Formats: sequence, structure tokens, C-alpha cells
Amino acid sequence: MLSISNLSITFTQYNQGLRRKHLHVITDLSLDVQAGEVVAVVGSSGSGKSLLAHTLLGILPTNAEYTGTLLFQGQPLTQKRCERLRGRAIALVPQSVAYLDPLMKVGHQVQRVAQLNGVSPAAARTLTHQTFQRYDLATNTQRRYPFQLSGGMARRVLVSTAVVTQADLVIADEPTPGLHPDVVREALTHLRELAEAGRGVILITHDIEAALQIADRIAVFYAGTTVEIAAAQDFSTGRLRHPYTQALWRSLPKNDFIPLPGNQPNPEQLPEGCLFSDRCPWVTPECTANRPALRQINNGWVRCIHA
Amino acid sequence: MLNAENLWFRYGTHLPWTIQEKSMAVAPGDVIGIMAPSGFGKTTLAKLLAGYLNPAKGNVTLDDKPLPKRSYNPVQLVFQNPELAINPRWRIDRILREGHPPLLRHLDALGISSSWLTRYPHELSGGELQRVAIARVLNPQTRYLIADEMTAMLDANTQALIWQVVLNIARQQQMGLIIISHDARLLNRLCPKCLDLTHTHPSEPNLDEMLPTY
Repeated sequence: MLSISNLSITFTQYNQGLRRKHLHVITDLSLDVQAGEVVAVVGSSGSGKSLLAHTLLGILPTNAEYTGTLLFQGQPLTQKRCERLRGRAIALVPQSVAYLDPLMKVGHQVQRVAQLNGVSPAAARTLTHQTFQRYDLATNTQRRYPFQLSGGMARRVLVSTAVVTQADLVIADEPTPGLHPDVVREALTHLRELAEAGRGVILITHDIEAALQIADRIAVFYAGTTVEIAAAQDFSTGRLRHPYTQALWRSLPKNDFIPLPGNQPNPEQLPEGCLFSDRCPWVTPECTANRPALRQINNGWVRCIHA
Repeated sequence: MLNAENLWFRYGTHLPWTIQEKSMAVAPGDVIGIMAPSGFGKTTLAKLLAGYLNPAKGNVTLDDKPLPKRSYNPVQLVFQNPELAINPRWRIDRILREGHPPLLRHLDALGISSSWLTRYPHELSGGELQRVAIARVLNPQTRYLIADEMTAMLDANTQALIWQVVLNIARQQQMGLIIISHDARLLNRLCPKCLDLTHTHPSEPNLDEMLPTY
């Protein structure tokens, strides 16, 4: 349904007066999402996860430029088409209630989203009512303001805003940090249900364990590129392909809790060769010479020549 | 010894008690975990212990004296979101020197490179900024550190790196650590002792519905 290939994003900034500099924040990113599946995008902060969401919604800042192919339902996703589709065919489940209007009752906000999708006011009211019922929100919740909701209720309201749109592609941006495990599980189950209903879901998160609970496939981002796309069961069975993914898995509290030293490379000074070469335990001279291409191994994709 | 005796606290006179009759003691070098679902007063307790809030009843003492009101507070608090905890208009080196200046070897251990020092906060990623926020409080004058969901926003690798460094420094400086998290596996890894606030609040399961939590 959605296919992204070789996406690169460059920011142009002015450095000391009129000297321009280019920041390559995303290089050669590839990902595709089918209808009815949850694809988790996992990576540390600064790896380009949120920029991917911004690109799909067409809300990149004006100094950003992108190259590569974006196809949504077989048609190229241009800026104009983005603007037409967002909130209708492509919906966002935002991070927190901070994205809702603080001065508007939540029932009205959800209803308005439905109306903007061309549903008549009366039908929108019933639709909102049904959706709230489905997510176990009491009728009086509709008359509450965002600040009156608890963490768990807020998540359900945010999912409702995406559900009433009938969107084919739902993007959930970091829906879980700082929440209690039960609330996390509930929020993730709702996303899974959206996929079961035939929509495509992109779950953007840094929390691998949360992602593994519901995702079919996991795309691991590092320094603005996809280093690996693996099936969810590859993690627990130890069939990971890329050294970064393996290190990430090892550093979980439930595993060895051993960190990988070093930092992600600065977008101003990206290495010539493999972006992971300065931290990689398997590095060889070939790694620092050329950027490896994404290749297919064991039904998954990896960007490493030693995998 | 950081001592809290019979703390009571509520955010308003007609609101339910968030903290009821809570006592705890942290010795230098102790690592104590605090666990509870949202709405059970974890952050409130942290703020009371660090002197951000004053308890309605009970008191918090550091070596049998009240917490200092004006000079540097030896009980420091690190929050989940570093962007809200630092001044966005200051460069990193000024942020680091806001309290007592941190030791250079701590900066190295946390992986803070010298090229960051001249940058502004928005030029660093969340993980990098959280390291700065932590380095700021890891000076020898800090005797107790309260980490309120300190690594909840970070990826697993950065989380492991930060905790390795913080535990090391706490051991060297005999710093007491109070770790607040909802991640049971992380607390199991880090703390020999763990306090579960849910067991002390059996009568108020509805608190989560009454207090907004984001």
C-alpha cells in the first residue's frame, strides 16, 4: 500500500551569514507497508523516525528537500496529494493530549474530525458515540476537556480520532513512553485492531519491547537509514542480521543490559562508508570505503556486507 | 541520610490526598526503586523529597537538618524530558555550569563530546540532551539523585549506557539514588530494594481517573 524507496532528506541551513550548509538527515531510507499489517519503526532519537512521519503527512519544514520515490496506493505521493490525503486516507495518532485543542471538549473534536471527512453532522455524532463506546469511554467523557483525562483515557481518545477518519494508513508516533505497562498494552492492542480491520499501521517508537508485542515486521533505523527490516520473531530467536540491531537487543534490561559505546554520527560529518562503521565490532576496510546497499537475507533486509 | 517522615500532601484543599503518611529513608550509596502506575504520586513524592513542594504534614530532613532553602540543594532531581528541564537559549557549556561545574571525566564517561559545548539545546537529539541534563547534576556536591523516569524517552542502548555511568559514579561518590520507573525489568536490574506505592494505597483505586496524567 505504501512503498518508500531510497528516500533522502537534506536540510539547507545558513551558517555564519550567507554560507550555506547541507545536512543529510535521511539517506537511502526504504520501507514498505501492506494493508493489514503493523510495521514498527525503531531507532534512537535523531535516527529520522519522526521525519519519516512528517514526510508522509507533508509537513516537512520549508528548508527540507527530499529525493526518492514515495508511492501510496500505487500513485506517487506529491506535496499536493499529501495535503489532500492527510486526515482522510493517512491519519496520525499523536503522542499526547497536547496535540488536542485544550479549549474544546473531546467529543466535539472527534466529531469535527469525522465531519472534515465528509460525514454529515448527525452521522458524525453517532459515529463519535459508537467509537467512544467501542473504546470503553463513558458517554460523559465526550463532554470533558483534554486536561480532565487520565493517561489511559487520553490514549483511547487519540486513537478514536484516527478511527473515525476511515484512513487506510495510520501513523502512531511514540504512543507509549512514560505510561504504565497495562496502559501501554491497551494502546498497542487498539493499534493491532486497526490493522486487523485492514488498515496499514506504522508504529514509530524507541521501545523495542512494545513494538514486538504487536508488530509483524520491525524496521530498525540508524542515522537516517534503514539498517535492517526483520520479522518480529527474528528478535527472540536470535536471527538478527545487523550488528546494530543485535547491540540494541543486547542492551535491553531483560537481556544483558550492555551498551554499545559511542554516538550516532553527526549529520554534518557523515562517514564516507557504512554509517555504522565507527561503532561496528565487525568493521573491515571495505566497510569504510563504500556505503553498503540494502540486501535480502532470510526473508529480511539488511544493510551490511558481513551479515 | 535523607529522611522523610510521615509525609502528607495534596494539591488542593478539596482534592484527595496524593501522598498519605509516607516515610522513607535513603542512606548514602543506597539504590532504591519506586514503582507504581500513573496517578499514584510517584512524581509528587520525588518533588517532596527534593524540596520542590512542601508537605502539608511531616518533614524531609537531610542529616537531621531541613533541606537548604537558598544554597545548592544536595538532593537533585532529573526528569523524563530534558527539553523542559534546561534553558533553550543557553549554550550547552553554560547549562552544564548552572550548578557546580561537573567533572571532566564524568563528561567523557557519558560520551559528551567537546564539540557539543558551543551548541544550543535544539541542535542536540533527546538522548544527547538527557546526558547533558544528567552531567549537570553529577557533581560532587550532589549527595542524593532522584531519577524520575529518567530514561523512559530513550532507546535501549542509550538507556543502558546512561545507567552504567550513573551507577558507577554513584558508587564512587557514595551518592544515594532513588529511581522512579514503570519498567519493572529495569528496576530489577538496577535496584536491590524496590518500593511499590500501589500497596500503600489500597483504598484509592480511582486516583488515576481523578488526576490528569500526560
